Amino acid sequence: MTLNRRSFIGTGVAAAATLSAPMVLAASHGKPRVVVVGGGAGGATAARYIAKGAKGAIDVTLVEPTRKYYTCFFSNLYIGGFRQLASIGHTYGTLAAEYGINVVHDWAIGVDRDARTVSLAGGAKLPYDRLILSPGIDFVDGAVPGWDVSAQNAMPHAYKAGSQTELLKAQVNAMPQGGTFLMVAPPNPFRCPPGPYERVSMVAHALKATNPTAKIIIADPKPKFSKMALFQEGWGRHYDGMIDWIGDDFGGGNVEVDPGAMTVSIDGEVTKADACNVIPAMKAGRICEQAGLTEGNWAPVSGHTMQSRIDENIHVLGDSCAQGDMPKSGFSANSQAKVAAMAIRGALTGSKVFPAKFSNTCWSLLETNDGVKVGATYEATDEKIAKVDGFISKTGENAALRQATFEESVGWYAGITADMFG
Amino acid sequence: MRWLGKMLLAWLALTGAALAEHDVDAIGDADRGAEVFKKCRGCHLVGAEAKNRVGPHLNGIFGRKAAAIDGFFYSKGLQRAASDGLIWDLERLDAYLENPKALVSGTRMSFRGLKDPHDRQDVLAYLRGFSDKPSDIPEAAPTAILHEVALPPEILAIVGDPEYGEYLSSECTTCHQRDGSDDGIPSITRWPTEDFVVAMHAYKRKIRPHPVMQMMAGRLDDEEIAALAAYFENLE
Repeated sequence: MTLNRRSFIGTGVAAAATLSAPMVLAASHGKPRVVVVGGGAGGATAARYIAKGAKGAIDVTLVEPTRKYYTCFFSNLYIGGFRQLASIGHTYGTLAAEYGINVVHDWAIGVDRDARTVSLAGGAKLPYDRLILSPGIDFVDGAVPGWDVSAQNAMPHAYKAGSQTELLKAQVNAMPQGGTFLMVAPPNPFRCPPGPYERVSMVAHALKATNPTAKIIIADPKPKFSKMALFQEGWGRHYDGMIDWIGDDFGGGNVEVDPGAMTVSIDGEVTKADACNVIPAMKAGRICEQAGLTEGNWAPVSGHTMQSRIDENIHVLGDSCAQGDMPKSGFSANSQAKVAAMAIRGALTGSKVFPAKFSNTCWSLLETNDGVKVGATYEATDEKIAKVDGFISKTGENAALRQATFEESVGWYAGITADMFG
Repeated sequence: MRWLGKMLLAWLALTGAALAEHDVDAIGDADRGAEVFKKCRGCHLVGAEAKNRVGPHLNGIFGRKAAAIDGFFYSKGLQRAASDGLIWDLERLDAYLENPKALVSGTRMSFRGLKDPHDRQDVLAYLRGFSDKPSDIPEAAPTAILHEVALPPEILAIVGDPEYGEYLSSECTTCHQRDGSDDGIPSITRWPTEDFVVAMHAYKRKIRPHPVMQMMAGRLDDEEIAALAAYFENLE
């Protein structure tokens, strides 16, 4: 068997296990090799931009465990009933067929930085000249007393989209009349700062129609949160009296859960939950830690190129990296991926390199046709990625503007997913 | 005697400010504007009996929110500009008359524009007579023009580097699609260079409303805007 791209495309874990390392090496034909771990907003974008720009001069391999990738962004809209789950699922066929990217559906489980290889759960070893790690987030063990991943069926996190999101939506729909939805919100920094609060808005929207006497409680270890004034105004306008936010000042950070009994203790007071969404503290995807690239919970990088501060052959993108001022979002990861792709092409093939520019915008939906947004532009300094300019939606905006903002977010979703998956 | 110098400076500053306040011109010659307006009358009426025709009537246009006349069917582009906050003040009306599509992408006003600034000023002076006046309500839009919005020819003459444009474009294509789809977010591909450059400068100067675009354009320099225009114009 000779390995070519076509036979490699779509091979699963079992098939990948039969591939030996020399066969993978044989596919490279001496061209520079880039391995990308993680097929989300950072990894898929980086793989596509490198392959597109290099026009065959660089071998690009993308390692992503799932065959169908569900975006975290817009997964709250599925919970609210504004999107079908299928509409946020994406496959890698175009990246493989039109961009010649080797798509390997497997888990990356280790990095040998001296030998410059990535080992996969299926047994293969992928050699690289440059490695991109964009694995998203993992949860900090023991962050919420009483909760670990074995409890994620009783109390889903739904912070990696897909079956977890489906589960949470089903649990919201199954709540008894007048029941309680309880969210344990995460401490900073975490993926998608407005995400938990948009989710509460979407849960409230769903409950308002079918279960209007239901209650929502948020236990939050933070004294304030992203777009707080906009969310609180929207909650007052659309879901008056339904949502209680318990911030740090009132013991929102002093939480213990019992997934067996479906109870949550907030500052010593025990509440029975009919659906409970636990979003624990986060850290870089485990592979970053295994590669020895983390300091604390995250992997520090240089803003000029997104190179790890610990190993210049490795670039870390998106939620996993510590870069400075950008929030952890799909938009940020996509923006960082383009800077990394340019730097890597420059280093491996001598293509032109321009100064790094970054931007981010996060849209949130409060209720039907009531969208808000926050965004900023950034530049690389030697010390970090630094904010240049920003804006945020205002309270009291008119309905037409809010509707236009929501419609813009739908357009953005189509734009960024085309930018990621081709 | 230093205090004397300071007083002199203060006096100069005061009179300078006073002079600046008077450093404005009447919008234009309304009588001549009535003649120029004949070009517009095929679609727009103004005056006591004015009704909507192909275009909306123009009574009270100064200070009016864009796309605000009930019962008139506006283009998607103008509705979008309106929800972004476009208000017809003197500066925006002038920009719109100069090149409707530079201010509002997708407008149905199929008019090449009045390239002569005097024609625009005169026609706006004429139209100003059919809107509320400062003499009637003090907060009405001014009846004088302060400055122009046209780009100097050297900015329009910059030949953009499409390779640089391709890199910069990656920031645009997170939202705007390369294939020209325009659901929720307008298409930016295959625009004539000048329209693209003028539109981007209109955002940069905050003449076009929309906070994201004002921010994105705000940090692009003249070369970068030209590079983007060159890239997107020829995008397949």
